[in-house]
Amino acid sequence: MDPIFLSRLQFAATTLFHFLFVPLTLGLAIIVAMMETRYVQTGNPEYKRMTKFWGHLFLINFVVGVVTGITLEFQFGTNWSRYSKYVGDIFGSILAIEATVAFFMESTFLAVWFFGWNKLSPKMHAACIWIVAISSNVSAYWIIAANAWMQHPVGYEIRNGRAELTDFIAVVTQPYAITNYLHTIFSGFVIGGFFVMGISAYHLLRKNEVSFFTKSFRMALVFSLIFSVGVIFMGDLNGKEMSRLQPEKTAAAEAHWETQKGVGFSMLVIPDERNERNLVEMFTIPKFLSFLTQGDWDAEVKGLKSWPLEDRPPVTLVFASFRIMVGLGFLFVLLTVIGFLKRNKLESSPLYLRIMLYSIPLPYIAALLGWIVTEVGRQPWIVYQVLRTNQAASPIEGSQVAVSLAAFIIVYTLLGFVAFFLMARHAKNGPEPV
Amino acid sequence: MLETIWFLLWGLIWAIYFTLDGFDFGLGTLLPFVARTDKEKRVVYNSMGPFWDGNEVWLITAGGVTFAAFPTTYAVMFSTLYTPLLLILFTLIIRAVSLEFRNKISSPSWKSFWDACLFIGSFCPALLFGVAFANIFQGIPFDANFIFQGNLLTLLNPYGLVGGILFVALFLVHGAIWLAIKSDGALHRRAKATASGLWIFLLVMAVIFLIYSWFATTLYKNYLANPVLFVLPLLTVVALLLTRFFIAGESFWKAWFASGATILTAVLFGVVGLFPNLFPSSIDPALSLTAFNSSSSQLTLTIMLGVVIVMVPIVIAYQTWAYYLFRGKVDEAMLASKESY
Repeated sequence: MDPIFLSRLQFAATTLFHFLFVPLTLGLAIIVAMMETRYVQTGNPEYKRMTKFWGHLFLINFVVGVVTGITLEFQFGTNWSRYSKYVGDIFGSILAIEATVAFFMESTFLAVWFFGWNKLSPKMHAACIWIVAISSNVSAYWIIAANAWMQHPVGYEIRNGRAELTDFIAVVTQPYAITNYLHTIFSGFVIGGFFVMGISAYHLLRKNEVSFFTKSFRMALVFSLIFSVGVIFMGDLNGKEMSRLQPEKTAAAEAHWETQKGVGFSMLVIPDERNERNLVEMFTIPKFLSFLTQGDWDAEVKGLKSWPLEDRPPVTLVFASFRIMVGLGFLFVLLTVIGFLKRNKLESSPLYLRIMLYSIPLPYIAALLGWIVTEVGRQPWIVYQVLRTNQAASPIEGSQVAVSLAAFIIVYTLLGFVAFFLMARHAKNGPEPV
Repeated sequence: MLETIWFLLWGLIWAIYFTLDGFDFGLGTLLPFVARTDKEKRVVYNSMGPFWDGNEVWLITAGGVTFAAFPTTYAVMFSTLYTPLLLILFTLIIRAVSLEFRNKISSPSWKSFWDACLFIGSFCPALLFGVAFANIFQGIPFDANFIFQGNLLTLLNPYGLVGGILFVALFLVHGAIWLAIKSDGALHRRAKATASGLWIFLLVMAVIFLIYSWFATTLYKNYLANPVLFVLPLLTVVALLLTRFFIAGESFWKAWFASGATILTAVLFGVVGLFPNLFPSSIDPALSLTAFNSSSSQLTLTIMLGVVIVMVPIVIAYQTWAYYLFRGKVDEAMLASKESY
């Protein structure tokens, strides 16, 4: 059994699973913090009930995010030891900073918040959830900066047989990290918003706790509207960075084979990876791909054939993930705009509410697809143009990885089921009666 | 110089982790033996409720600084100890979710399932961490290509097991004292009796470990070269004796600090004895990874030192505040509240 392939599968499975929980943490923390702030401002006990109800869902989700995050940090050592040795000077330090500056704060204050309702003044208590919300989003920055360095390594030199840090500021402030970060956290905010809207829709359809869930829905609606536009805007900027820094990833995401100027964008494309062409290209907007990637209608877009086969990422998976993600991104704007127009008559819009209920998974899917584009699109490199993935794994037996992969699948599946069951149960039961 | 500072910081962060999460592990392991009713069990859960997650972040930090300051050690240590490390991670996952999930549904079988999980998720990591560190003290069989020549059973050698049992004993006493602090009535009395009883077991294990280390490891080499360092194990012994003294006097907070100091200095005793090795090879000492041949660049070590010097005191400050805030016993009001485990 090939330990590299198994380690890749294991990393993909554990990261994607982790990322089912993290983005909700990012978005829901802010929504809960806003609810508690309203409670402190108005003294209206309904906002306190909202804080507690959504806060409980937040906590169940949070713990799964925590425990699946530790495995990721340790997997760089267990499964990717050659990578860790080669880039630890830079990558390891960023991960360590994440724990010391952000994650400590997030975990400590979340516990204070949960257990501290009667121990703190309302203002201090609300401050705790804001600290959780801010530190979880600060935490995300360090993780994304570490990932951005794998996409576009900067501020380093190859010395002593490894990558050594030469410019820390360059590593933590590179534009790719910033665009990718904002794109990622905004997607988390959309996930949080759709989560609250979907569950609220469930209860509004049943005329249960109408005032409570109308308030929740509207807060989440405004939040989601802003950030579903934001996520597209940042996605566009991030995509332009990607075209500049990792042009083969863009070529794969667009299934673009030949280097040309003034390239059109086809709405319907079916790539044929084996024969290096597309079977179908329909509904083409002339020159639009050049404009999308570089802001210039006549710009040259490099095609996949410009790279030797061994340097190209897989095309079909990256392409399909990218297309579906982008399509979903626009759908979220559409759904939130419709919601905004209906914001004063939500109860009399059962169809819309039903759509929103079933839309809960969609932003999750979009976020996972986004990571597939980012990570699979970086292949065959683990650190872009510095280290190949097949040179990065640990010198361990494939059988060891096979066993751990099987264990991860079993444990995570059970964990996922239990977490889903508990969250669904709490969500369906609704808030505590007054 | 930077490497030496980082070596000590590395040891200190691991030692803080074991001191803090140690009582959580102890409580989880004690659960089936000290808590009889559901209410008593909930006291055990809630006694660590506000703390366990913040404690566990020290593990993430310990892993993170190993990666940042000594990337080669991180890479070789984690890949050679693949199976035990993943076992630790899986059991830690089980522990965390049993804390969070147990009280979400009131069915007895649901609860007893998570009680069993909490036990496994506390006992196994405690034992395995001890086994892992004891094996590091005596050297790990890895070759010039950093390939581990052995399997899980290689690590379960007598010295490794003694280390594992010592860790469990340290954490049990630490956890029993914490439970005595946080509980009342029958549970409190049982916690106290458990702490005093297990203390004797801990003493025996500590003596065995210290003597066995003389034969199985080279830990004492640094101490014999610099006898002033013997202050450290002396502190361990004093802290251990004070623990007993304070338990007998029912000064449980003092006893808890003393047992914490026992764990802290015991881990540091091993770490100082290891210096400059971080991950010695038992196949060929020349292959051993040290603070000097496995460290990051001077720039990274400097930046990280700045981060740690600024941030760790801040972390300790707000964590201390959190401990202070929840210093009281687990009372009826807490158990009746929705915001509890």
